[in-house]
Amino acid sequence: MTPEGSINRGTAFHADWLDGIRVNKSAVERRIGSLMGRRSVKKDSQIAFMLKAISCIDLTTLAGDDTPGRVERLCRKAAHPVRQDIMDALGVGDMQLTTGAVCVYHEMVPTAVKALEGTGVPVAAVSTGFPAGLAPFETRLEEIRRSVAAGAGEIDIVITRGHVLTGNWQALYDEVKAFKEACGPALMKAILATGEHGNLTQVGKASMTAMMAGADFIKTSTGMEGVNATLPVTLVMIRQIRDFYQRTGQKVGYKPAGGIKTAKDAVAYLTLIKEELGRDWLTPELFRFGASSLLGDLERQLEYHAFGGYSAAYRHPMG
Amino acid sequence: MTVKEKFETMDYSPAPESRANADAWLKAHDGRFGLFIDGKWVQPADAKTFATYAPSSGEKLADLTAAGQAEVDAAVAAARSAQGKWASLGGHGRARYLYALARLVQKHSRILAVLESLDNGKPIRESRDIDIPLVARHFYHHAGWAQLMDEEFPDHEAVGVAGQVIPWNFPMLMLAWKVAPALAAGNTVVLKPAEFTSLTALKFAELCEEAGLPKGVVNIITGEGDTGAMLVNSNVDKVAFTGSTEVGKIIRRAIAGTGKKLTLELGGKSPYIVFEDADIDGAIEGLVDAIWFNQGQVCCAGSRLLVQEGIAERFLEKLRRRMETLRVGPSLDKCIDIGAVVDQVQKDRIHEMVTAGKAAGATVWHAPCDMPEHGVFYPPTLVTDVGTDNILFKEEVFGPVLTAITFRTQAEAVALANNTRYGLAATVWSESLSRALEVAPALKAGVVWINGTNMFDAAAGFGGYRESGFGREGGREGMLAYLKPKFEKGLKEWKPVAKPADVAKPKASGGMPGVDRTAKHYIGGKQARPDGGDSVAIATHKGAFAGLVGDGNYKDIRNAVEAATKAQGWAGTTAHLKAQILYYVAENLSARADEFADRLSELTGVSGKAATAEVELSIQRLFSAAAIADKHDGAVHQPPIRGVALAMNEAIGTIGIICPDEAPLLAFVTLTAFAIAAGNTAVVIPSERYPLLATDFYQILETSDLPGGVVNIVTGARDAMAMPLAKHYGIDAVWYFGDREGSAAIEKAAADNMKRTWVSYGKAYDWFDAKQMATRVLMDRASEVKNIWVPYGDANEGGKSY
Repeated sequence: MTPEGSINRGTAFHADWLDGIRVNKSAVERRIGSLMGRRSVKKDSQIAFMLKAISCIDLTTLAGDDTPGRVERLCRKAAHPVRQDIMDALGVGDMQLTTGAVCVYHEMVPTAVKALEGTGVPVAAVSTGFPAGLAPFETRLEEIRRSVAAGAGEIDIVITRGHVLTGNWQALYDEVKAFKEACGPALMKAILATGEHGNLTQVGKASMTAMMAGADFIKTSTGMEGVNATLPVTLVMIRQIRDFYQRTGQKVGYKPAGGIKTAKDAVAYLTLIKEELGRDWLTPELFRFGASSLLGDLERQLEYHAFGGYSAAYRHPMG
Repeated sequence: MTVKEKFETMDYSPAPESRANADAWLKAHDGRFGLFIDGKWVQPADAKTFATYAPSSGEKLADLTAAGQAEVDAAVAAARSAQGKWASLGGHGRARYLYALARLVQKHSRILAVLESLDNGKPIRESRDIDIPLVARHFYHHAGWAQLMDEEFPDHEAVGVAGQVIPWNFPMLMLAWKVAPALAAGNTVVLKPAEFTSLTALKFAELCEEAGLPKGVVNIITGEGDTGAMLVNSNVDKVAFTGSTEVGKIIRRAIAGTGKKLTLELGGKSPYIVFEDADIDGAIEGLVDAIWFNQGQVCCAGSRLLVQEGIAERFLEKLRRRMETLRVGPSLDKCIDIGAVVDQVQKDRIHEMVTAGKAAGATVWHAPCDMPEHGVFYPPTLVTDVGTDNILFKEEVFGPVLTAITFRTQAEAVALANNTRYGLAATVWSESLSRALEVAPALKAGVVWINGTNMFDAAAGFGGYRESGFGREGGREGMLAYLKPKFEKGLKEWKPVAKPADVAKPKASGGMPGVDRTAKHYIGGKQARPDGGDSVAIATHKGAFAGLVGDGNYKDIRNAVEAATKAQGWAGTTAHLKAQILYYVAENLSARADEFADRLSELTGVSGKAATAEVELSIQRLFSAAAIADKHDGAVHQPPIRGVALAMNEAIGTIGIICPDEAPLLAFVTLTAFAIAAGNTAVVIPSERYPLLATDFYQILETSDLPGGVVNIVTGARDAMAMPLAKHYGIDAVWYFGDREGSAAIEKAAADNMKRTWVSYGKAYDWFDAKQMATRVLMDRASEVKNIWVPYGDANEGGKSY
């Protein structure tokens, strides 16, 4: 289930690919508003979508007070995200459901790697001076290398927002390409921090630039910006993924992060991905949620579907 | 399928909306409905019945009663007797009822939505999220107009009884568009829903009962086309019709000359223009809203895609991919984009047109969507490789069929967009505001959407140019369609001015003769001899010879229309310039006031004082026209989007003006001045009896910097020229003042290209009366409202509006 490292070879920098990118905010909002009214995910589909959502979660803890004990507990939850009796009741007790990854700071990578040994769940490390990304360039590259060396299979890098805000796409390309080289075999997710972009056209151009530079995933946010993942921003980014695929034949993954807290949110994201990118992208190889509290709600909703009564949080093992 | 399998396929499950409410309602009525007349449900023993079906399953939903002549008459009589009391209830009283209806629509929104989707075949998500909320919005908005009517329309009153015939594509919404403004203005109504889709109208009748609406205020009669025809021809004061252009023309001709006020909202072949600087994905999604909304059975559907050549290939490729993901299915499934076509008849019609288009060389691509096995469905379809003569490019399909063509430049896009007899709506996609706001006014369409499509709101008028009909629904202009000026009922019968049987020959005189004066036509800024080479002698009021004028014929009319068409750039000149020229005309008339007064006295026999007064008032009218020219501002609506709708007053085009004999200078000056103040060009047939006033007047026009062709004057026998003028396709509106028969003939002829008409129906306007010739009223006659929707917003606020 887990990706075998890097999936995007990238391309040369094509300034002309950026020229045609224009995003009309009202049109984006209209599509989102209309789609959510036109796709209803019910019954077995709803269960399947929720299980899929869990399989795509990068279960995350990124706090200054993280400790090995806390991270170990999170890792156990990642390996067994839903109570077995619920899985059994839904007829999927043998599917070995895990989350997509566990996502931590560099210091916690060894702990997580050890805790997840044998589970197949990869460890992702946020990197490159996360969340602001303004540490010295050499330091940022070194951070990547060390996390990879410590066993992180996935690196979530942050870009320099200044390049986006000043329209310096060549500089952004060069930066991401350098990060990609530093990642070596590890899967690289490029955090664009879209909440800090001026408009959606910049989000579109930054997305395309990051993919040209070799990002395996493009990711909305660090979770620390004022506004994190939203459906409109998602629409803009995944449409760029589709264009990049049509231009190059290379599939790039997508990761919304921050603010996705409910099962309903998660189903909405999966629906949008299915409609705009197709079924192929509904897999942890090409889609992840960056989330911490989402799993709790998904588990509660699954219990409702399994046993017919709405659940309470304390009934589910905490991560 | 097990959860595990679903986990692999990630398919949606069917998500049917419950129809229990609707079924219970149908059952409570034993699947049989009568007519709602005078607050009672009636089912005449001998009435014909007909069945209504659910197109997405084929099941019969109910048997309905076809109203015959007796029932139509009874309904109209009921409405008639209820009208006075309803109007005198006052604005606030009517507002309370309309408010109650708005609330009731919301309280019963679910059953209304389910019934609508069952009966029409449209996706439940559309009826639930679009149609029914817009219905409620329309009643709320018009509760407001009722409340404010006395203040907002002080010199107006209700027209009387409105006969309303609505189509099957948005049954309940079209009902709201018709009923709400009519009731707000103090009219009572008889409404006939379309035979395929009557159920929500019948449910609405129950809501009227629930609201305690006085009996007879709303009458709902079901039936087929013949019932509609009976209603149109019955004793109503106003006819409002939404439907095909073909039927619209039949109605226009049928009631020509009756004085029934008429609003027609007809077909369209609306252009959808995508410039190379557009948000391409946004424009493609917009197309889904434009042509696959309601199975394309939308009068304002963006059915003609005009895409800039440089991006066409990529655009169409993306479009095809998008079309593949459209979901076609049963109307009550909450997981579909496209439902059933309303009836097999309609599907056959779509098929026929597509076949004809294909035979003419078009490439037809049906998206490979999964199609339901039963029911009446048509797949989303893209048509390419068409010329501008292909039926699928020219004619309304009223189905999910999009026809695409390319253009090179902005100018060519506008030309192609306007290359149609329709003019309902248009859509423009460009991220350049300069470009979009230049294109929108250039399009012949009543509604223009920029970077979006099919946006509606009760506050923004909706209606067409050209053969898409006339009159507006929604907003202030929509209210005016259900009001008439209070002075109208006091108008006296028109009497023709007697013509002398003979004109005496000029008297022989010895000595030095006066210099001969030659009055010609005035065409394209030049004095033109009559094409036929004939002249007509004009008499003084005593029957003496006053002069000769050209005896115009249809060729002179043709030449004048050509000149007026060429001069249409006048509409684009600044309002300041129009005002300046009109003031200058007034100045020059004033300089020759005595001469015109003398001429008036000589020809008409009025006293010198009266003649001076008429000239003086003519000067004042020119001042008023000049004054309003730069004040006839539109409105900025605030629709429920982040954006604005700009209601712009636009010139109609070229107006044919057939002047009366009475007040020969004042009527001529008033009509001409306001026509051009609003930006129109004019072909004027002056008073047949007193044309010399007009021929004298062109000398004033010549010295007043008026561009050639803006005003054209053709003298002669007016009835001989009125017909070629009313039938000329280059004329966009025709004004006629004379008898009832003449008015009828003009309105009949005008139906060919749906000219806007202003005729006097054999009544006599008082050209001296300030109320009758009120400045704003005249400007409204001379212009049309275009609503340009401009959604805006660029700042990244995380998808939230600010």
